Amino acid sequence: MTEVVPFSLVIDIGGVPVRVNTTDAAFVGILQDRYAGFIGRSDRPEIVFDIEITSSHLANPDDDVRVTQQQGRWTLQRGDFRAEWEPAKRRGWIRQTANPYSIDAVFRIVHTLVLAKQGGFLLHSASAIRNGRAFLFAGVSEAGKTTISRLAPPDVTLLTDEISYVRQQNEGYVAYGTPFTGELAKLGENVSASVSVLYLLSKGPENRIEPVEPADAARSLLANLLFFAEDEELVQATFHSAFEFVSRVPVRRLTFFPDSRVWELIG
Amino acid sequence: MMIMSGRDSTLFTLNKTATILWQSADGETPLEEIVSRKICSEFDVDPKEALRDAESLARELAAHEILQVSETPILQSHSGADKSK
Repeated sequence: MTEVVPFSLVIDIGGVPVRVNTTDAAFVGILQDRYAGFIGRSDRPEIVFDIEITSSHLANPDDDVRVTQQQGRWTLQRGDFRAEWEPAKRRGWIRQTANPYSIDAVFRIVHTLVLAKQGGFLLHSASAIRNGRAFLFAGVSEAGKTTISRLAPPDVTLLTDEISYVRQQNEGYVAYGTPFTGELAKLGENVSASVSVLYLLSKGPENRIEPVEPADAARSLLANLLFFAEDEELVQATFHSAFEFVSRVPVRRLTFFPDSRVWELIG
Repeated sequence: MMIMSGRDSTLFTLNKTATILWQSADGETPLEEIVSRKICSEFDVDPKEALRDAESLARELAAHEILQVSETPILQSHSGADKSK
């Protein structure tokens, strides 16, 4: 009997190469479009996922996301997907219909788990590089993440307008570009730089930057962290990461009038 | 509070008032009543502006299929996850 050779693709986000195997050629095309710029070539992926494409919904499409761990095996599920992942074996599987959103959610969850072990996190924020330094822009919805991304001048490299990838490195933090897009619907550049400042955004009648008290900074950071797992150890690790971050990286409040002049204050 | 669309994984980080709206949307209570009873009584806001903001948020969440907007109460048996105007 001949073994079916799957289609295979490496998707490299945040320096973590993830190989996905599937027998569905059309789905590979979907992934190539969705993750253009983040397709890697690693022969030693950190995680391998086998994808099983189903033609129908798995359960109630409205089921909330649930991420649990038992004996070293993570189970990730939502109405539109189910997945398992064993970090020790570097392998897992994902069952979903042929759409780009389900696997995107799995990637987001998996990267939060990877980063939580390493002192990093995913942050609901825009981020960009200017003059070799990375700047993060966090805030509630409508605070201006997409707006400030859209207003970025040509010398700014956009890392994301939706989810920033932050990894601890030496005594500081590095932000990586991500394919996780928001309203701008534009993939970030697959590059990285040391994080210089975290700005807490809000729109106002004029541009100004103000200091933020450490407690406020930590609260605001925590409010924008992505974390899905029901796991006490990793929750504590993520809290610790947030407090470490605000003790090492300046946090400022950036109130801005939505035009390009705001970028005169940044970088 | 942060919520994520199950359709396209879009994230929404909600401020205090948006969080109140989200948590109060039970499929039965009209949006006007939620704004009047839980927003205007707690915050120093213009009721018309508060309702406008609430309607804008509801429309945006509905566009991402996170919340269902309806002119009439939505029966809980229809879907426990639905939220209504």
